[in-house]
Amino acid sequence: MQALYGQLLVGLINGSFYALLSLGLAVIFGMLEIINFAHGALYMIGAFTAYFLLQYGGLNYWWALLLAPLIVGAFGMLLERTLLRRLKGLDPLYGLLLTFGLALVIQGVFQNYFGSAGMPYAIPDQLRGGVNLGFMYLPIYRGWVVIVSLVVCIATWYLIERTRLGAYLRAATENPTLVRAFGINVPLTITLTYGLGVGLAALAGVLSAPINQVGPLMGADLIIVVFAVVVIGGMGSIMGSVITGFALGVIEGLTKYFYPEASNTVVFVLMVLVLLVKPTGLTGRAN
Amino acid sequence: MLEATAPLLDVKGLHAWYGESHILHGMDFHVRPGEVVTLLGRNGAGKSTTLKSIMGIIGKRRGSVMFEGHETIQLPSDRIARLGVAFCPEERGIFASLDVKENLLLPPAIRPGGMPVERIFDLFPNLKERLTSQGTKLSGGEQQMLAIARILRTGARFLMLDEPTEGLAPVIIQQIGRTISRLKAEGFTILLVEQNFRFAADLADRFYVVEHGQVIDTFASGELEANMQKLHHYLGV
Repeated sequence: MQALYGQLLVGLINGSFYALLSLGLAVIFGMLEIINFAHGALYMIGAFTAYFLLQYGGLNYWWALLLAPLIVGAFGMLLERTLLRRLKGLDPLYGLLLTFGLALVIQGVFQNYFGSAGMPYAIPDQLRGGVNLGFMYLPIYRGWVVIVSLVVCIATWYLIERTRLGAYLRAATENPTLVRAFGINVPLTITLTYGLGVGLAALAGVLSAPINQVGPLMGADLIIVVFAVVVIGGMGSIMGSVITGFALGVIEGLTKYFYPEASNTVVFVLMVLVLLVKPTGLTGRAN
Repeated sequence: MLEATAPLLDVKGLHAWYGESHILHGMDFHVRPGEVVTLLGRNGAGKSTTLKSIMGIIGKRRGSVMFEGHETIQLPSDRIARLGVAFCPEERGIFASLDVKENLLLPPAIRPGGMPVERIFDLFPNLKERLTSQGTKLSGGEQQMLAIARILRTGARFLMLDEPTEGLAPVIIQQIGRTISRLKAEGFTILLVEQNFRFAADLADRFYVVEHGQVIDTFASGELEANMQKLHHYLGV
């Protein structure tokens, strides 16, 4: 049983990252209609930013948690203003190609300077150790990751579905021309939305740094699974992507316990099944 | 006396294009403060395109559109809206992903003096009862009311209404007519595009007849009877 709970926890943690990343992808897709293939690379930059802040700035984990999403989010907004914006009105394929190319360039640059091996990032003192829950041992940092991810996902959902700013976003997703004719600066809204999605990826990167090492390819490995999550959940649904992210993490963990050989493929098998039955994803709307 | 006041909206030599097709060929007209002015014309004459060009949501436009003394022909639509131009599109543009309340509160206030929400519910009691419904679940008439209601809140005093009676039942059309009269009495300036000539005849101070993207004739409401023959000819009715 210990092993089962252990795998469930690993599943929840992976699910936390899937949820944060697929949430960002859903937010970006809703507003920009771009499938952001650079998402994994931006997640990786988030982890590296935490690493740089510590190594060269002497700023610890807590600062990184705050600053990395802002710094990488700002970099994302720069990308949107200078590159992505030019794709407006073109076939979505161009967005896919551009962001995929960006991911390759970013990863290549980091590999050039840091090689492919990962660098360690220490767990902050306050989150070291663990607690015995009776039925299992819970490392505090892992519990922390799950909680932060849940809180951030729910906060993002609330922002988009329940606030006035979120109403602007939803309306601009439907009819940007009319929303702009009401006096809302839609191009700025688009830039900020991309920044938000990228910031979420960077936050996931910082959270991941003490668990997985900080390395140039950390995002490339993860993003493939995240895209499967997004396909299963349905592109563009906020709550759908969060729930699917956590659920698939757990399913993956359970598979590791019951049938380890399938643990790397179970997500993709599910993706195929969902696509066969409901091509728009579990929560997606036909469009 | 009206002739003495400077126009609120002054359109001169307005050309507009949808992609390659040239729709407006030099529109010239003006609207004075407090007036209700109606653009009449057959389908495809360029009436809706004129409103969209004033709002700045058409691909390419040239000429001059002065609003309260500001040249707006180069401005993006969000800046034009913030000068005090409010637009109610022909397709109504109610958002499916927003409930009625969110739809109503969506357009930001652009200057003080907008109509309080309570007064809006006075004008459109139906909306108050359906605040939590999805915007597009409303009936056509309710959607039209919502589309007008939401631009009254913002403080804009110049309203452009594109065919507000299209596809609606006579009793709803009457309600919308009464609403427009009340808005006029409160000093709103209204530029109306309307196919329903009898509806427009009761409301408007002046009419412009549009054909092939140009103004070909104009009447004041008092001159209507005398020009009925010509109008029938223009509108093909």
